[in-house]
Amino acid sequence: MNTASATQDEHEIEHDHKPKGLMRWVLTTNHKDIGSLYLMFSFLMFLVGGAMAMVIRAELYQPGLQIVEPNFFNQMTTVHGLIMVFGAVMPAFTGLANWLIPMMIGAPDMALPRMNNWSFWILPMAFSILLASLFMEGGGPNFGWTFYAPLSTTYSPDSTALFVFAVHIMGISSILGAINVVVTIVNMRAPGMTYMKMPLFVWTWLITAFLLIAVMPVLAATVTMVLTDKYFGTSFFAAAGGGDPVLFQHIFWFFGHPEVYIMILPSFGIISAIIPAFSRKKLFGYSSMVYATASIALLSFLVWAHHMFTTGMPVAAELFFMYCTMLISVPTGVKVFNWVATMWRGSLTFETPMLFAIAFIVLFTIGGFSGLMLAITPVDFQYHDTYFVVAHFHYVLVTGAIFSIMAACYYWLPKWTGHMYDERLGKMHFWASVISVNVLFFPMHFLGLAGMPRRVPDYALQFADFNQLVSIGGFAFGLSQLIFLVVLIKCARGGKKAPAKPWEGSEGLEWNMPSPAPYHSHTTPPEIK
Amino acid sequence: MQKIIIIIAAMSTVVFTGAALGTSSVNLTQGVTDISQRVYDLHMVILTICAIIGLVVFGAMLYAIINHRKSKGATAAQFHESTKVEVLWTVIPFFILIGMAIPATTTLIEMEDNSAADITIKITGSQWKWHYQYFEHDFGFYSLLATPQEQIQNVSTKGENYLLEVDKPLVIPTNKKIRFLITADDVIHSWWVPAFAVKQDANPGFINEAWTRVNEPGIYRGQCAELCGKDHGFMPVVVRALPQEEYDAWLSAQLQHVAKEKQEEQQALASTLTMEESMALGEKTYIARCAACHQVGGEGIAGAFPKIKGSPIALGDVGAHIDVVVNGKPGTAMQAFANQLSAKELAAVITYERNAWGNNTGDIVQVSDVKPEAK
Repeated sequence: MNTASATQDEHEIEHDHKPKGLMRWVLTTNHKDIGSLYLMFSFLMFLVGGAMAMVIRAELYQPGLQIVEPNFFNQMTTVHGLIMVFGAVMPAFTGLANWLIPMMIGAPDMALPRMNNWSFWILPMAFSILLASLFMEGGGPNFGWTFYAPLSTTYSPDSTALFVFAVHIMGISSILGAINVVVTIVNMRAPGMTYMKMPLFVWTWLITAFLLIAVMPVLAATVTMVLTDKYFGTSFFAAAGGGDPVLFQHIFWFFGHPEVYIMILPSFGIISAIIPAFSRKKLFGYSSMVYATASIALLSFLVWAHHMFTTGMPVAAELFFMYCTMLISVPTGVKVFNWVATMWRGSLTFETPMLFAIAFIVLFTIGGFSGLMLAITPVDFQYHDTYFVVAHFHYVLVTGAIFSIMAACYYWLPKWTGHMYDERLGKMHFWASVISVNVLFFPMHFLGLAGMPRRVPDYALQFADFNQLVSIGGFAFGLSQLIFLVVLIKCARGGKKAPAKPWEGSEGLEWNMPSPAPYHSHTTPPEIK
Repeated sequence: MQKIIIIIAAMSTVVFTGAALGTSSVNLTQGVTDISQRVYDLHMVILTICAIIGLVVFGAMLYAIINHRKSKGATAAQFHESTKVEVLWTVIPFFILIGMAIPATTTLIEMEDNSAADITIKITGSQWKWHYQYFEHDFGFYSLLATPQEQIQNVSTKGENYLLEVDKPLVIPTNKKIRFLITADDVIHSWWVPAFAVKQDANPGFINEAWTRVNEPGIYRGQCAELCGKDHGFMPVVVRALPQEEYDAWLSAQLQHVAKEKQEEQQALASTLTMEESMALGEKTYIARCAACHQVGGEGIAGAFPKIKGSPIALGDVGAHIDVVVNGKPGTAMQAFANQLSAKELAAVITYERNAWGNNTGDIVQVSDVKPEAK
């Protein structure tokens, strides 16, 4: 054995070397380890945020105050929202990006591995701060996840500074993650992988990353103004000092609306991978999918004030934002039509990922319809801040974003763990989830139309029956997720050995790698035809 | 042919479901104004369009799921793009949207026309009540939740209008254009009456406009629609719409009542309150107006609302205590109660706070202490 090859062997070994135990996870710069960390953290936050939703639904099970005080109820709705948005959905997508993007574009790892480690590890800090604030005197944030001033400034609890810093850290983490995704996709694609050959998941994440970089600083600015208004005597949002509380909403939603798409564009990428795989047919209209995603992203900067139709905007502004918002349904419609056209005359099978993907299309579309209804300004005056809105955004976020994340987990689990998941349990999880989630969220449309405002701990008697039904659906949906936990643990620990390509119709570079995927992805760039 | 029958069947299902929805309690109210009726019609049109699109899309999907499954021996076709189809399903939705936008635009423009009002009422939201000011008559009042705490805490049976009842509803005449000027004292609230299709945010420091013209006399109930703190869910809106003659009678009775109250207030200045009398009135006032934040036992909520029990203000200088209750504490949730309570109530509630829960100062605050300028 000559020296050169010995060095190479050592080098190879060094590549696969990882510290044992806890330190492997603390110090890791490996995209798969960091992806797993993100996903596990996201699932933990999903359970924590879900537990808060259970508190909310338990209190709303019947009229009157039974379990919690209104002030604590408001903390639950606020922190539930913050955790689900920033702790569950966004980190799950970043986790999927970490795991999948290098494998999909033929890169060995993410471009900025050390930053990758940091962008994950500051997240648990942020959420520890946020959750700890609940135990402060006066309680945690109780002003809604949208933290409208002056409720979040002059009238907020002492713990508001902790909320502000937690959001700052979450924002930094997201920006770092997004930069990493952009740099990786732009620089590390295998030779021959042109932009229009990238899988849609990579495309949607590239666009999402630009959205994140554009709007997370706006969120940082918003919370900073809240901080200085509350603690340092500024008056950005206080009329008495020349500020304007509505200014807060403009800035917040300038972040908030693109944020909505940040939480759904990667889902489009996931569904665009799964539907063709189980239809055994190429995705219909690849390039129109790319253009539709880009148009949705651009339009997302022009529609923020549709969250604010009742704030007293001039009629011209209301019309502008109504028209722009309605326009978004065109590219979104194109996507749905493309997915259905992909299934059309395919050769369909219905494994768990496909079931979740189909449920995504149907239920996300229902959320899209209610979104279109909400766009119509005169009718929005009736829907705004009622349970109709709660139903709408839970359809797009739970049966939209979260169903797509679950679909992705089932789809790529064999690649990640090297084992097939338990199909019977997976199907059980699906059917339990899809039934309970509709019992949970569908009646909320009726509650909203009948006039129940959102964010109330108690309600008039005519809302009692539906609320009871909604709560039962909520508990069932919460319990169903424990099946998911069992599936994940079982699959991580063992199970039927997964082949490199467990799904007959799946396409993409990740399926050329063995299962489980080696610690380092493509050490030599693959050939792209 | 078969397809046409299916489409007709599907569409009639939608229409019938729509008709059924219109009369049940799961749908939007048609309300009692021309505007609310137009809003309802718009809602139904869009709901129907969405339902039809949904039926077509989900129908196609269901057809594929049933017929194009591998287990039935389906083999995948090879097509994966078609410019013609793709252009078609971009352009058709666009025209559907234009069809929706036209009626939406005309309705909106009419809703936002606040000109030529017959009556103007200023609505002010504060934590957690509404104040109504009749501009033409220099007369106004607060409107508070009337549902007793026992019902909320499940001690007694809940009434028919649980959480949707107030002590003094807003009263307006029918068939008159009423203009609302809406603002807030502290945080953002939102004044909403579904039957009028009016929901307008009340922003502190700014004034928003809205209007309504009610066709039918009746009592209409709504709620605050913007999260405004702890008791956001306990801040109903109740409006009584009366025929013009009844409204006029109500108004003149109110104006007389106000004049009488003013007189009584003057007389009360000279009177002396006893401890017993003060404590009784004070407790009643405290429970109604102070307990939401400072709690029934005066213990407050640590970190949010200060305690009164054993607090330096309640045990210290009377003048400072009076000042905080009468003028509020700017920059905090503590409101100025000078215009919310009568001088007698103010005096009594301060006495109560200084002598309840072991705050045994023995002080009795008199009406003349509260209103020194009236001496």
